[in-house]
Amino acid sequence: MLGEGILKGLGETARNFVGSYVSAERLTTVQYPEERAPEIEATRDFPFLVYDGTDGEAGLRCVACQICEKECPPKCIYIVKSTDKKPDAFGKPQIYPTRFDIDISVCMSCQICVEVCPFEAIKMDTEFELSTTDRFGGLLYDRKELSKSNEYYHKIHPTEAAEVDARLAEEKVKADAKAKAAAAAAAAKAAAVPAQAPAHITPKPPVTAVEGDKQG
Amino acid sequence: MIEKADQIFVLLSHWLVSFLPSALQPAAAVLLSVVAIIVTFPALFAISVLLERKGLGRMQNRYGPNRVGPYGIFQPVADGVKALIKEDIVPFRADAVVHFLAPVFLVVVVFMGYAVLPMGRNMTLVNMDAGLLFFFAIGASTELSVFMAGWSSRNKYSLLGAMRAVAQMISYEVPLLMSSVAVVMITGSLSLGKIVDAQNQYTYGFPHWYVFTPWGFAGFVLFAIAATAETNRSPFDLPEGESELVAGYFTEYSGFKFALFFLGEYVGMMGISGLAATLFLGGWSAPFSWLGWVPSWFWFFAKVMLAMCIFIWVRGTLPRLRQDQLMNFAWKFVLPLTLLNLIVAGLWRFMGEGWLRWLVCSAILLLAYTLMGRGGMRGDHIGPRSYRYAE
Repeated sequence: MLGEGILKGLGETARNFVGSYVSAERLTTVQYPEERAPEIEATRDFPFLVYDGTDGEAGLRCVACQICEKECPPKCIYIVKSTDKKPDAFGKPQIYPTRFDIDISVCMSCQICVEVCPFEAIKMDTEFELSTTDRFGGLLYDRKELSKSNEYYHKIHPTEAAEVDARLAEEKVKADAKAKAAAAAAAAKAAAVPAQAPAHITPKPPVTAVEGDKQG
Repeated sequence: MIEKADQIFVLLSHWLVSFLPSALQPAAAVLLSVVAIIVTFPALFAISVLLERKGLGRMQNRYGPNRVGPYGIFQPVADGVKALIKEDIVPFRADAVVHFLAPVFLVVVVFMGYAVLPMGRNMTLVNMDAGLLFFFAIGASTELSVFMAGWSSRNKYSLLGAMRAVAQMISYEVPLLMSSVAVVMITGSLSLGKIVDAQNQYTYGFPHWYVFTPWGFAGFVLFAIAATAETNRSPFDLPEGESELVAGYFTEYSGFKFALFFLGEYVGMMGISGLAATLFLGGWSAPFSWLGWVPSWFWFFAKVMLAMCIFIWVRGTLPRLRQDQLMNFAWKFVLPLTLLNLIVAGLWRFMGEGWLRWLVCSAILLLAYTLMGRGGMRGDHIGPRSYRYAE
């Protein structure tokens, strides 16, 4: 009969109206500044730079290889490579970025920089309260603002960070072993060189050393 | 005591006016009543906007405004301040004079309708013999204001909204009038005061409201439908359909002019609710004879606010109609039923007292409703949709 659907609809809204006062699960609104929804682990917005240890200046994993800068689709990353090398968190001398700027007003949160980084140095942040009164300078983040500790990374993306740490540790073990082998080979060669000085020897050991270097 | 509470506003007015010289007294009394109307209904407008925003929120399982003051009760104040301090932009090519006049005209016209509404015992500003006619004549002028707004804005959305509004309001004006003609036929008077008096009688404690008769119930429902369309309320809010026309005829209005349109819309809704209450719900008369001690003005305003709540409820429930559905509904369903209702009202009048007229009148109306509902829905083939794209 005509009008049946209207009555049914009116009943539904009346049920909602009363229900929102009596049942808490109907009223799903989270009143934002006072309350917060639980953080979702897989969420992401803008990239940040991970550092190991406690010193954000020295411990950056980034070695200024500029892959992310080249891959970035909207070209929001700007990197200046250093001319010298400084020791990283593990005391190994590395090239570092003297400037690392990300314009988050341009960034489209595609995560491509994270995918391409071979050093696990750039990751996605979850911080979303980024409003500023200066839309140009305030949204252009420099190296200092982008640097965040590995502990922070563990806090926002626990699963992913644990995987990354395991991978890094594994690589480190491999690299150490290779470096040790290379050193041993080099030592052996050095010991052997005086004896076979005139003859040209296979160039294999140096290559291994180079490979080990790259992975470290 | 009860008498005093009932007549408190009348007595207050007499007392205030008595300070003036007797030559000025009639004019001052009228002025005082006008001021009272102009203060009361915007206050009710603020309350109903808050009710609407909170109520709609709850119907959609959200809180609604709750930031300004405790439970958000000062939200209308914040809205008003916002409307006042916003920039008033008039489009460069707009017809500035008409653009300015449209909201002013709307508000003036809408308030004029209250002149004839009996808001309580002895509380009618102008007790006109043809009050109903006056109300409809004034009410129809809102269409002019809407069209002025749409036309003068020089904006295609505004114009489309105004065109829709005019088409809709003219279509629904007819059933609105026709459904109230039944009341005039039974009462034998166009005076709203007499219509209320005719309903202000009780049998076994129950009132003689027209809504409790078959023709009155049908008339009330048809009147409510037509009134919803007249005031551009959802589900008939095509003239301002924000998903299609930005804001319809008031797209180009901002700041306080927009607030005036908003005010006009709500005050118009309250006016037509007041008329519906007067025609079918016994105006200021109490719903039961033992409630007669409650002041008469309370019942009038309670009925108006109840009608506003129903407007809000319907808005929270129904989606907007399409233009052709709107027109078909007006001309093919509502109008024939109102015409039939006139005949039924005549039958009711001349069949005399007794249960037979109840049976016959109810049967005719129910049958017509069912058959016309069936007929109207027969054309609808609800099945898988096919889409055709322009090539």
